[in-house]
Amino acid sequence: MRFAVLQFGGSNCDNDAQHVIEDVCGVDCDLVWYKEGFSRSYDAIVIPGGFSYGDYLRAGAIATRTPVMQDVRQHAAAGGLVLGICNGAQIGAESRMVPGVFTTNEYPKFICEWAHLVVENDTSPFTSQYRKGEVIRIPIAHKEGRYVAEAGVAEQLLDEGRVAFRFCDASGVCTPESNPNGSALNITGVLSEDQNVLLMMPHPERASEAVLGSDDGKKLFDSMIKYCERRE
Amino acid sequence: MTINVQITISLKEGMLDPEARAIQHALANLGYATETLATARVFQVGLDTDSAEEAERMATEMCDRLLANPVIHSYEIEVI
Repeated sequence: MRFAVLQFGGSNCDNDAQHVIEDVCGVDCDLVWYKEGFSRSYDAIVIPGGFSYGDYLRAGAIATRTPVMQDVRQHAAAGGLVLGICNGAQIGAESRMVPGVFTTNEYPKFICEWAHLVVENDTSPFTSQYRKGEVIRIPIAHKEGRYVAEAGVAEQLLDEGRVAFRFCDASGVCTPESNPNGSALNITGVLSEDQNVLLMMPHPERASEAVLGSDDGKKLFDSMIKYCERRE
Repeated sequence: MTINVQITISLKEGMLDPEARAIQHALANLGYATETLATARVFQVGLDTDSAEEAERMATEMCDRLLANPVIHSYEIEVI
């Protein structure tokens, strides 16, 4: 089993993601520079956080149009796992890997803080090690993280089990006050139709070791690993 | 020959415009009460063609493929 973390100019959570996958979870993980592309197949591709292309035009818009993203879409179409975190989620949404877009926060400032998330789906390749309704603590760090979708789409995604995580309060209730960026229905983790792509604004790689204040994010990587083991 | 087009990208009607709201607050601090305020982004593009029709077609394609995100944006193209 081998994971890849895709690096663009301006990615800055690439090493953190690799560290968690390799050193914490024990799975081989290559850093892949976008210009070099993929020289082999991978079980999972992680698009990490950062500020690819300085967020010019729209966060993720320029990285989406690089040739390597065609390979990422092909990998996803063939059933491979794709995890987009923060800027990676913006890139994935711009690539139409899930419906909707992550755009400027309701209050347009950069938010860097811990967030409570409620797990809405515990059967996907990314969330099987959680249980539905579980409240986890994972930090967010973004200015363009407000999830917006066309009318009725957010409700439909929730109905179809394609919402992985929603912002909530410490007891697991989704309220306007516990929605730090104004996302539709507090949604901050969206799955593709086949559930092999997850785009999320919170940073699980920053919460995968207790020494960092929470290891709630580790189960996400453990879920991916379990899924890939079964697929092998 | 170059044909210049002006492309204006706006948020669709009803979309929250957080930057506009912040600007309205700042204008209020300066003593200007504003009923409405919207932001938009303008691109001025010179295109290598001598056909206005072709220029408009190319600009439309650019909007659909990169400059606008159809989930939140609408756009206007003006051949100058």
